[in-house]
Amino acid sequence: MSRKSFRQAINEALRQEMRRDPRVVIMGEDVAGGAGSPGEDDAWGGVLGVTKGLVGEFGRQRVLDTPLSESAYVGAAAGAAATGLRPVAELMFVDFIGVCFDQIFNQAAKFRYMFGGHAVTPMVVRTMYGAGFRAASQHSQCLYPIVTHIPGLKVVIPSSAYEAKGLLIQAIRDDDPVIFFENKVQYDQEEEVPDDPYTIPFGEANLTREGDDLTIVAFGRMVQVANEAADRLARDGISCNVVDPRTTSPLDTGTILDCVADTGRLVIVDEASPRCNMATDVSALVAQEAFDALKAPIRMVCPPHVPVPFAPNLEDLYVPNADRVEAAVRAVMRHQGR
Amino acid sequence: MQLNHEELRRAYRTMRLIRDFEERLHLEFATGEIPGFVHLYAGEEASAVGVCMHLTDKDSIASTHRGHGHCIAKGCDTDAMMKEIYGRKEGLCGGKGGSMHIADLSKGMLGANGIVGGGPPLICGAALTAKVLQTGGVAVAFYGDGASNQGTTLESLNLAKVWDLPAIFVCEDNGYAESTSSSYAVAGSQIERARGFGIPAEEVDGFDFFAVHDAARTAIERARAGGGPSMIHVRLSRYYGHFEGDGMTYRGAGEVEALRAKEDCLKRFRTRVTEAALLPAAELDEIDRAAADQIESAVQNAKKAKPPTEADLLTDAYVAY
Amino acid sequence: MNQIVAITMPKFGLSMTEGKIASWARPEGTKIAVGDEIADIETTKITNAYESPVAGVLRRHVAHEQEDLPVGALIAVVADPAVPDAEIDAFVERFRAEFATRAPEAEAAAPEPRTVEVHGRPMRYLELGAEHEERPIVLIHGFGGDLNNWLFVQPGLAERNRVIALDLPGHGGSGRQVGAGDLGTLSAAVAGLLDSIDVPKAHLVGHSLGAAVALRTALDRPAHVASVTLVCPAGLGTEIDEAFTQDFITASRRKQLEPVLAKLFVDAGLVSRDMMEDLLRFKRLDGAREALTAIQNANFAGGQREVLRGRLGELGDIPVQVIWGAEDRIIPPQQAEGLPAGVAVHVLPGAGHMPHMEKAADVSRLIQAFVARAM
Repeated sequence: MSRKSFRQAINEALRQEMRRDPRVVIMGEDVAGGAGSPGEDDAWGGVLGVTKGLVGEFGRQRVLDTPLSESAYVGAAAGAAATGLRPVAELMFVDFIGVCFDQIFNQAAKFRYMFGGHAVTPMVVRTMYGAGFRAASQHSQCLYPIVTHIPGLKVVIPSSAYEAKGLLIQAIRDDDPVIFFENKVQYDQEEEVPDDPYTIPFGEANLTREGDDLTIVAFGRMVQVANEAADRLARDGISCNVVDPRTTSPLDTGTILDCVADTGRLVIVDEASPRCNMATDVSALVAQEAFDALKAPIRMVCPPHVPVPFAPNLEDLYVPNADRVEAAVRAVMRHQGR
Repeated sequence: MQLNHEELRRAYRTMRLIRDFEERLHLEFATGEIPGFVHLYAGEEASAVGVCMHLTDKDSIASTHRGHGHCIAKGCDTDAMMKEIYGRKEGLCGGKGGSMHIADLSKGMLGANGIVGGGPPLICGAALTAKVLQTGGVAVAFYGDGASNQGTTLESLNLAKVWDLPAIFVCEDNGYAESTSSSYAVAGSQIERARGFGIPAEEVDGFDFFAVHDAARTAIERARAGGGPSMIHVRLSRYYGHFEGDGMTYRGAGEVEALRAKEDCLKRFRTRVTEAALLPAAELDEIDRAAADQIESAVQNAKKAKPPTEADLLTDAYVAY
Repeated sequence: MNQIVAITMPKFGLSMTEGKIASWARPEGTKIAVGDEIADIETTKITNAYESPVAGVLRRHVAHEQEDLPVGALIAVVADPAVPDAEIDAFVERFRAEFATRAPEAEAAAPEPRTVEVHGRPMRYLELGAEHEERPIVLIHGFGGDLNNWLFVQPGLAERNRVIALDLPGHGGSGRQVGAGDLGTLSAAVAGLLDSIDVPKAHLVGHSLGAAVALRTALDRPAHVASVTLVCPAGLGTEIDEAFTQDFITASRRKQLEPVLAKLFVDAGLVSRDMMEDLLRFKRLDGAREALTAIQNANFAGGQREVLRGRLGELGDIPVQVIWGAEDRIIPPQQAEGLPAGVAVHVLPGAGHMPHMEKAADVSRLIQAFVARAM
């Protein structure tokens, strides 16, 4: 056990699974870097250094730099998975999913159903998401609702380094295609992470805070934002559950509904664009299944329905923060219900 | 021509099965009993069979929306295929895929594909598996002239060359992407496209089984020997519409009839082997009768078979969820 | 006697950095003796009764109930009634000022567990009180536990003894290969660890499965064992709540684990979030479930497999004591009845299967006294 960054946790998960299973290969743009160039080998190790060092241990046969050609290599990952490898394809930024979406949602996601249960497609697409990098509209989105929409895919959004390692190992060992979201702002965040391999099962939410007054459901980095708000509110005597669903597909609806039944109040924090996102999905779930438990209307803390802006002050206004979560919780707590 | 007697019989039998399968589907579709879209492969048989004769179950193919011929050539069971096309539980895919998604991974048939250009990237992956796991296998992407204009196909040619994959790209150019002629929609030439990526490419007459078979042997042997990808441009034609119900108003008067009369791959095969005294006509006639019986029984079995149950709606989306 | 004595936030176990007074057991102005329970102190792991380390009059509750305070912070003041309140105020002020400046240094020196290879497999242990020359005490946890189970016991014992708490194979930070997983295998691993860290002879203290391991170690290597303390031991009868061990293995979520762990304690409120989270994190490790399953099958399938009660006589003059929670729901305390006359038996009221957590002070005292006599 030692303190590891989110980046190290991901790297260690990949390294340990590649050691454990010769069928695991990784591919993507610059996952090693420097292929064919006169300078350094393993020049980048991924655009933010997450896969650094893997090519040295496993060679270019299993750490495959690709052309800038997402359609071909994400499709290749699907084809490789259906024929016996366990590929981990890195889609550098999820914003690039547009150019390979067919291979994900029409091919990999549907093989098993279309082929009558005879296909197994154990592929992982690792991808970065989220605002906060001043990277503007095409490098900052949270497109997990779009893939959550697709039957046949599993969608994972780890909220911390510990979660990232256990969930990624589970993703690699999982026999279904998994889209694995990593928040680029979190790569340097550290916490205690076991040295040994471990798995965190999908579809089991984690309660990062427990309380009686209100339930906050948050996704990915927003779990930290929700925790910060919950800790502040606790000092004023408002105690909150914070639910980290870990995976949006499958979604642990049971834990969410249990928490709402216990508290009667719900705030959802989602960094994805506000229409048809996880916040609306969870709201619909609770409205349909737990209406009678609610003591106040549900509140969603989301960005506005605009692309992610570039100017730092605008981006800061765009992303949900603890202040906004705290204000939403207080507003729900003030509600004078029936 | 290096085929022995049994191989010649197999080549003819497989082409005949495909032809009968498709022509029978053409008739049955008109009765309204078959749901959805059906795209028939009749006329193109020499391509699927000429290539797949070189493959075994450890080799993979990716097909197109016009996939029945590739299935049969790769060894899929015609009974189970017919049931699938009828939407039956005992179909190859449990009635969940249908004509456009028919697949049998145990035979290395990675599926017909409803997305034009969907297959070539998959085949890069299957070839990667063969290379990393050193199975000795190869992977073949069948794609049409329409798909040749998709970015996925061009990206896959590039990736296959960059990764030096045991992949073969077989462009089945039947002259029409839906109703649009390849003479309009395809700029440049298919083989020059491949050669632009440094990939050896060859153009063959797709009505000539032996020409396809020879070109495929060269490409597949190269791939198995570690020589990387190849491309074959197969010129052929389809006898029916893009899908069943297509009135083919875009085709020239008498175009199909002329092809059937003069170019048909089964007729040319028969002429060639009988003239060279490789197979007697009586033996070919016997194969014709057996194929007709096999398809007849496939249709009757499919008609009798049961559809999936309500419970089947919710199974097989995931291995575990 | 005009001395003013500070009572500070204790450190239960290695990871505790802060705690809070859940409730004061004695009001201000009460006369207290050493060992009197003066407060319940709550950490993220567990709530524990805190016993006064000093005698006198409890003059001041400095810590408020439910107030989070770092380890070492002033929580109460004991002084003679003659000491004026103003002096106590000044003392509190001075202490707080000094504490604020020295607090960071104290954390740096926390001892860390170490790992050694035993028969090619890693075994983790935590050694405290290494400066003492007395014969060491070795603490062996039970099924599903680890060396942290002794967090309320080990630091106190280490004031006078070298105390080594270890992780059995398949547990905590030790390797998860357990071989056959039976008592013979586990006690061989314990013996191997003690040999490799140069402990020729030790007082063995085992809990539950760990007690059976201790007993088996004493039977196999009597010359290396100075005394044996068995806490809620396995190995003395066939009966055990097998549903507990099985449910412990299968529970993968806090909600499933909570009722399982609640069986261990009289006060189910002692099962904390952190306790469950630590266990779940352990159980998620590759091989943990397989290791626990192998140990469960080897030792508890269909009841306890290896009963050593009849072999106690073979221990000769190695002293044996048994400590049992009167309300143990995992292994019935009735198994302490009818043991050979030389075996001291202590049944502790108000404790379940984890007396070393629920009645840590009593257990510490019994071990301390027993070990001192057996030196």
